[in-house]
Amino acid sequence: MTREKLLLIGNGMAGVRTIEEILDRDAERYDITIIGEENYTNYNRIMLSNVLQNKNTIEEIITNPASWYAEQKIELVHHDPAVSLNTGARKVRTQSGKEIGFDKCILATGSRSFILPVEGSSLEGVLGFRTIDDTLSMLETAKSYRKAAVIGGGLLGLEAAKGLVDQGMDVTVVHLEKWLMETQLNEMAGKLLKADLEQQGLKFLMEKKTSRILGDTRVTGLEFSDGSILEADMVIMTVGIRPETALARQAGLAVNRGIVVNDWMETSAQGIYAVGECAEHQGKVYGLVAPLFEQGKVLADVLTGRETAPYGGSTTYTSLKVSGCDLFSAGEIKEVGGVKSIEAYDGLTNSYKKLFIKDNQVVGIVLYGDTSEENRYFKLLKQKQDISALTSVSLLPAGGGCCGGSAADDVTQWADDETICGCNGVTKGTILQAIRGKDLKSVAEVTKATKAGGSCGKCKGMIGDLLTYVLGDRVATAPTGICGCTDLSRDEIVLQIHEKGLTTTDEVYEQLGFRNREGCPKCRPAINFYLNVAFPKEHGDEPASRFVNERLHANIQNNGTFSVIPRMRGGQTTPQQLMQIARVAEKYEVPLVKVTGSQRIGLYGVKKEDLPNMWEELDMTSASAYAKAVRSVKTCVGAAFCRFGTQDSMGLGIKLEERYEFIDTPHKFKMGVSACPRSCAETGVKDFGVIGVENGFQIYIGGNGGTEVQEGQLLTTVETEQEVIDICGAFLQYYRETGIYAERTAPWLKRMGFDHVKKILLSAEQRAELLKRLDEAVEGKRRNPWQQVVEDPKLQKDLYAVVRG
Amino acid sequence: MPKTKVYVARQEELLPRIGYSVVCGERKIAVFRLSDGRIKALENISPYRQGPLAEGTVSGEYVYCPLYDWKISLLDGQVQEPDHGTVATFETLLEDGKVYVWI
Repeated sequence: MTREKLLLIGNGMAGVRTIEEILDRDAERYDITIIGEENYTNYNRIMLSNVLQNKNTIEEIITNPASWYAEQKIELVHHDPAVSLNTGARKVRTQSGKEIGFDKCILATGSRSFILPVEGSSLEGVLGFRTIDDTLSMLETAKSYRKAAVIGGGLLGLEAAKGLVDQGMDVTVVHLEKWLMETQLNEMAGKLLKADLEQQGLKFLMEKKTSRILGDTRVTGLEFSDGSILEADMVIMTVGIRPETALARQAGLAVNRGIVVNDWMETSAQGIYAVGECAEHQGKVYGLVAPLFEQGKVLADVLTGRETAPYGGSTTYTSLKVSGCDLFSAGEIKEVGGVKSIEAYDGLTNSYKKLFIKDNQVVGIVLYGDTSEENRYFKLLKQKQDISALTSVSLLPAGGGCCGGSAADDVTQWADDETICGCNGVTKGTILQAIRGKDLKSVAEVTKATKAGGSCGKCKGMIGDLLTYVLGDRVATAPTGICGCTDLSRDEIVLQIHEKGLTTTDEVYEQLGFRNREGCPKCRPAINFYLNVAFPKEHGDEPASRFVNERLHANIQNNGTFSVIPRMRGGQTTPQQLMQIARVAEKYEVPLVKVTGSQRIGLYGVKKEDLPNMWEELDMTSASAYAKAVRSVKTCVGAAFCRFGTQDSMGLGIKLEERYEFIDTPHKFKMGVSACPRSCAETGVKDFGVIGVENGFQIYIGGNGGTEVQEGQLLTTVETEQEVIDICGAFLQYYRETGIYAERTAPWLKRMGFDHVKKILLSAEQRAELLKRLDEAVEGKRRNPWQQVVEDPKLQKDLYAVVRG
Repeated sequence: MPKTKVYVARQEELLPRIGYSVVCGERKIAVFRLSDGRIKALENISPYRQGPLAEGTVSGEYVYCPLYDWKISLLDGQVQEPDHGTVATFETLLEDGKVYVWI
């Protein structure tokens, strides 16, 4: 039987992806020919910005090399655009005169940069930003010229401008509107974005209309409608794209803005289809990547005779590929036609959120600065969830478990046909299938097998969740390793450490046959901790196995600076301490002084080399605010001042903190003491919480106010402060001995069983044993790490010095 | 532009697997001593959000960015899959126990 001939016109992302989908479904059905205009095989156009910003090479963005076409027996008519299409004779002619017949034809001709029809637009040095050739031309020009103008402050324009700044050019973005990316962002977010980009060296001329491009043969500048002039050696036009429809028009197909298609991607001519940016569906033309893949899937089903749901349009979203400018935008973002909004702005972190709501549904999203919740909001939008039960306060902040949010954010609850990776159009179902079918164990392997996560990378977190979801099931029957370096579980490793008497991480790696002989950032700190607990005297702590925070005793911030948070036991301070903190903050020009969530004052934005001097001048103790260790005790003011307080909460808090500070734990360990059941110190959500009552103290364990809010469970009620302190110590040591590194007490308690832990802690004998081991463990080790650094010039030089060459 | 030889530290001052920060004019450089004694130098900036690589965890011939765990080769600066990109590398020189970087 002769196979049908399928012709694809356009060798870009939409068309080739459709072909891949067809091959996946039925590789034997068609003889396939692809006509391409460009001199490259299929590549990922959205990554061109990365090439310009030195993040990727051209080779890296080629999705399918020539060998792929050969393997798939696809004939590629290369670098030879189609010039006429005869729908009746079912033939296409190319520029070089080739005639190619077909039974079925897909138009995926994409779109072109819209070049402003102004005088001078054809001068040398005026470019669009659309293809590899455009990009190479920009890179080449940047070598010999200095000034660039980018007309159009949209997504593409800003990515191009950032790229040219990275190439060392002086770049001005010219924008017609009042703020940047005006179709995706509202004014507030647009202005925040502009300020951030200015910091990265971009210049802007807003509300400027270009009337003329100046120059004789090569561009020399721009003239605006107000008569002013900007010098420029290169002009990039990024004012929009136009669907490429010339061939379709010539062939007599119905064309509006794009080539008109129905819900099955069929054009007005039978057997001729269109997908991607050249296609217009229900009056809409898409210029983003996710819809192309959704269309490609429908068409692949149609062309392989599968039943398929009609294409119903796509909900699109945008994010910008410029480091340091995190933004996310989706849906309807104008307050018209009954659309109302709620918004929040955090001036400290410069993050901004705005949700647009209509008929109790989220219809639009703008996030700037902090985009960590984009998935949660985007799900609310896509699934048209009813949010009437949510208040604006519960809708805006993270998770909280109060709202559909947590379910919407939980990727394991998504339907299989929902897209996880928008850049590459990969669904949850495809990823699950790959994980299960190919026995994948890491995000990297999933990316290799499915392409998900290979482009902008925003979906890696969700892929990770899916891996945990699938592999987690397997844990029930066979242990899974603590990381990719080993198949051994935490318990197996700890057991072997004890049995074989292993006292260094290197010995563990060697003797337990880790695949990676120096481990990874996941297992190295974990093993270092297990060794500390197992052999507190024999094992010398290994700085190279500590995460930077614990190596330097300061929390690393997102810009590479650090924070200094001195201890204020029980939340108490003195005028002298406050003055000291103020003096140091002023002297070292600390950019942010903030009261932390745990009753301490933090100095943020400190340079590594300043840390030792600041500690010395503060002359205060480290609050371990960076450590997997006992952190701090939150207290209310209690019997000392409060008219309700029944106990001395501050006094007990200080005793607990003094007794247990600097003790390493599997994860951070927070305590709280409230003097009465009003629990102003919120002790019900602490790892160890105490509530003063008339005749003593209630003790709660395993609470968590962080990522997953968890109420502490009532362990017991005791009469004396000493009992509270002892139970706390026993609890700490039991958690240290049995906890998985990076496991908070709430999941630990669930894993161990509350009744079991309760039995151990309430047994006087067990408690004494645990306390004895805790005392041994911390003997000689409990020192203020800041003081140690201050006293040791070698440590300062080894870890904190910055050499100036 | 001709490169200059910049003195960084004595060999024994570089702790194995702990990065060392050097600033030379505008350039920020991270110098590493691997477990086997080789000395490598990279630009001290991760391609993703500019994490200071000198503070990262060093394992074998790789460093992991302390902010987002990108895995980067200390030999050629290549970012490892699934992430992309390259970090500039600098030649190093060991002479009479002294470590130099060509910048």
